[in-house]
Amino acid sequence: MILRSTRRKITNIVMFTITGLCTFVAVSVLFFILGYLLWQGGQALNWNFFTKLPAPVGETGGGFANAIVGSAKLLMLAALIGIPIGFLGGVYLAEFGGQTTTFIVRYTTDLLNGVPSIIIGIFAYALIVVPMGHFSTLAGGIALGVLMIPITVRNTEEFLRSVPNTLREGALALGATKWRAVATVVVPAALPGITTGILLAVARVAGETAPLLFTAFGNRFWSPGWNQPTASLPDTIFKYAIAPYEDWNQQAWAAGLVLLSLVLATNIAARLILRRQTRTSRG
Amino acid sequence: MNRVASILAIALFCTGCSDRPKTDVVYSDAPAGLVLINGAGATFPYPIYSKWFDQYHRLFPQIQINYQSIGSGGGIRQVIEGTVDFGATDSPMTDAQLREAKTKILHFPTVLGAVVPVYNIPGITEEINGITEINFTPDALAGIFLGKITKWNDPELKRVNAGLNLPDKGIVVVHRSDGSGTTYVWTDYLGKVSPEWKSKVGVNTSVNWPAGLGGKGNEGVAGLIKQTPYSIGYLEFIYAIHNKMAYGRVRNSDDNFVKADLDSVAAAAAGVKTIPADFRVSITNASGHDSYPISSFTWLLIPSKIPVPAKKEAIVDFLNWMLDDGQQMVEALAYAKLPKELVEMEQKAIASIE
Amino acid sequence: MQPTTTATDGPGARRRARTFTGQLQNGDRIAHFTTFIFAAAIIVITVVLFYELYASSSLTREKFGWRFLTGATWDPVALEFGALPFIYGTLVTSILALIIGVPLGVGAAIFLAELAPVRMSAVLAFIIELLAAVPSVIYGLLAIFTLVPFLRDYIAPVLEGTLCFLPLFQGASYGFSLLAGGCILAIMILPFIISISREVLLAVPREQREASLALGATRWETAWHVAVPYARPGIIGSIFLALARALGETMAVTMVIGNAPRINLSLFAPGYSIAAAIANEFSEATSNMHVSALIELGFVLFCITILVNAVARLLILMTTRKGSAA
Repeated sequence: MILRSTRRKITNIVMFTITGLCTFVAVSVLFFILGYLLWQGGQALNWNFFTKLPAPVGETGGGFANAIVGSAKLLMLAALIGIPIGFLGGVYLAEFGGQTTTFIVRYTTDLLNGVPSIIIGIFAYALIVVPMGHFSTLAGGIALGVLMIPITVRNTEEFLRSVPNTLREGALALGATKWRAVATVVVPAALPGITTGILLAVARVAGETAPLLFTAFGNRFWSPGWNQPTASLPDTIFKYAIAPYEDWNQQAWAAGLVLLSLVLATNIAARLILRRQTRTSRG
Repeated sequence: MNRVASILAIALFCTGCSDRPKTDVVYSDAPAGLVLINGAGATFPYPIYSKWFDQYHRLFPQIQINYQSIGSGGGIRQVIEGTVDFGATDSPMTDAQLREAKTKILHFPTVLGAVVPVYNIPGITEEINGITEINFTPDALAGIFLGKITKWNDPELKRVNAGLNLPDKGIVVVHRSDGSGTTYVWTDYLGKVSPEWKSKVGVNTSVNWPAGLGGKGNEGVAGLIKQTPYSIGYLEFIYAIHNKMAYGRVRNSDDNFVKADLDSVAAAAAGVKTIPADFRVSITNASGHDSYPISSFTWLLIPSKIPVPAKKEAIVDFLNWMLDDGQQMVEALAYAKLPKELVEMEQKAIASIE
Repeated sequence: MQPTTTATDGPGARRRARTFTGQLQNGDRIAHFTTFIFAAAIIVITVVLFYELYASSSLTREKFGWRFLTGATWDPVALEFGALPFIYGTLVTSILALIIGVPLGVGAAIFLAELAPVRMSAVLAFIIELLAAVPSVIYGLLAIFTLVPFLRDYIAPVLEGTLCFLPLFQGASYGFSLLAGGCILAIMILPFIISISREVLLAVPREQREASLALGATRWETAWHVAVPYARPGIIGSIFLALARALGETMAVTMVIGNAPRINLSLFAPGYSIAAAIANEFSEATSNMHVSALIELGFVLFCITILVNAVARLLILMTTRKGSAA
């Protein structure tokens, strides 16, 4: 006969193991992804990859240079749209908003956050590509920018709210007006978190493919200015991955490795900086 | 300070969203002399088009022709909308589609190709040297794609493949998930040989498939077939060759089992008596003892009026180059050349581009 | 820099301050107004989005009405469009993702928040959060070459062998299937469930745990009977968040789901999700009716997402009121 207490102890150990296994599965997925990409992608990673334009089907030696530059341009544009709206929107929600307007804005932001990225792509197509008459980096950048907004708003609001009221009250007590208090005291206090959030938002949209399918369209050459279609890392990865050409598949792996490394590096760096900042500011 | 920042932010936001004027300003941010042309469409001719555009770019570095293979349906759609400078399709535009376009769209055949039944049967399709070809009757193909013939050792298939040991396994059908000229050619052929197909499914770039998996582009279908044992799909001939995939023989209207190659495709084109002035013609199920029954032209869709002079010159020049030097490159990539009479007709038609 | 803004402060500031004084009052208003404009921009964008989706789908809305949601045929040739196969595929893959992902995710969250040593928990949680940053197309890339063959060659035969009496597991397995879609979605939503559930569990007051342990409960019993019920609203919220994410996921799903617009009870069969259909067909829809149908699909997805979000909020509101508070 097993004592009730022993049975409870056994349950304890068993559940510990099971939940531990769950964690192990989750963690190992990341290492699997990284490892597989390193193995497959590492083989195709060479100098050509970073400097050459894509080669026609069947010829080796092509590269992803235009996709890398294209992604950079798209992200710049996305940041130009996403950061101001996201940051100032968040400031409004946290500092200036009234009861009802805050509720409406926050609800709308959550709505926008839930919109699948492909639908933002359709939106950008209908609003920008069709009136302009052609695909462009501009359309792609705007689509990505709209994607960035909800993430940035929510993040900014959260970090602004986490600033203790004592700081605000101190500034006001010294005679500052509200906007000066916000601008010179509250925002700087929350800045590490806000910048981290922005970095993470940029990293997040860097990997988005769906909205670019019918806005930036893709390009086999360099894309000058903002008015022409452009290649981008995730879009080219997608096209090369489903292709039946061996060397294209190889390049897709290499590009995947590059994209993932950039995204992960940004994430790790941003979070570490945030941790160090919060630790020193609390100290 | 923050006020300045806010005002700056608003200003940037506004400029970011303003509409830019069309066409003529397109080159304002490109280096002088650089001509950028965007095209989209069929995946079938993608290997030869990518070679042509690359070669042409090497000859004329200031001209960049960016072609994205999004499928014939996409090519037609985008050229109707005017979001690309030219389109490409294996399926000629219908009268209704031509009416939808803002300007008149001209069809220019570029190469000849074929659509072949490709399969992946472990034990039969080994390396390309050991490939054993399966014979397909029109009824067999129609039956498989209608979902009525479901096993590889079905009597309809065994009948004409006496020497092969077809396994007792389920057939996995693979088709296109996107709007495709290859689909058009395939369904055009099936529609001609199977009344049931014609009434039940129809002929189009995108149909309601009774069975199977969908792959995106010829590339996607080839990928799916490679990765799925006991599968069958249809591919442009060149994709099967490039990827060393097994494809079968098809019985033509003269009761001959023909395998697709440059000669049999050229024979199919030769079998066409009259070519209409707008070049829209179907050559599936062509007569002739050596004709491959699932052959087709592929067309470039060029608007008859091109507003930007630099682009027009480049496109006209490219078309002439394509009909001349370009044709010399096609056979190396397993496409068949255009018949001479057709080339002459096209050269005259190029003059009608304004 | 010190926030000295009184009009009479400092030498150089005096002259500027005088012209500023009158506007100091308005400075707040301008700031309020400016930030409001940007916040309003969000509302404008969302409204325009909603309107755009609604207006551009008018062709099919007028032709089919509610039949669009119940029709099972998607035929671009005959211009017959029914969204049911896509709604089915979207729901099946998302629910499958939840079935696989929630136990794994909540289990891992419990481990990290309650049972594991603190530093190990922080490091592991960090790693898992990174999973959320992996782009969808990379999940898809890996899934094509690893998950699909694995499912086809190892998992499907096992499932078919043991559970073939269920219509869920009958029929040939191509690898590219609803099952593959569900599995990749499960992996993609794991980090969301884990990180949010972990946060919520960590927020449970220490007193609750300590009281339970003081009464002689084991750590697992404390976790399961005390912490989890307290954190339930948050955990449920995380599940709904994950669901909303899974519903809209495009790239990874379209690369493995098989792209067949048919309803099939078997999980081994290929299927289609709304997002995947739009991605594949949008740039090529050759008729206005087809484009309208695809946009209406997008509109349907948008509405489903709104619904899920609303239900999530409602649930959280309800369970919070019911009293998880001390």
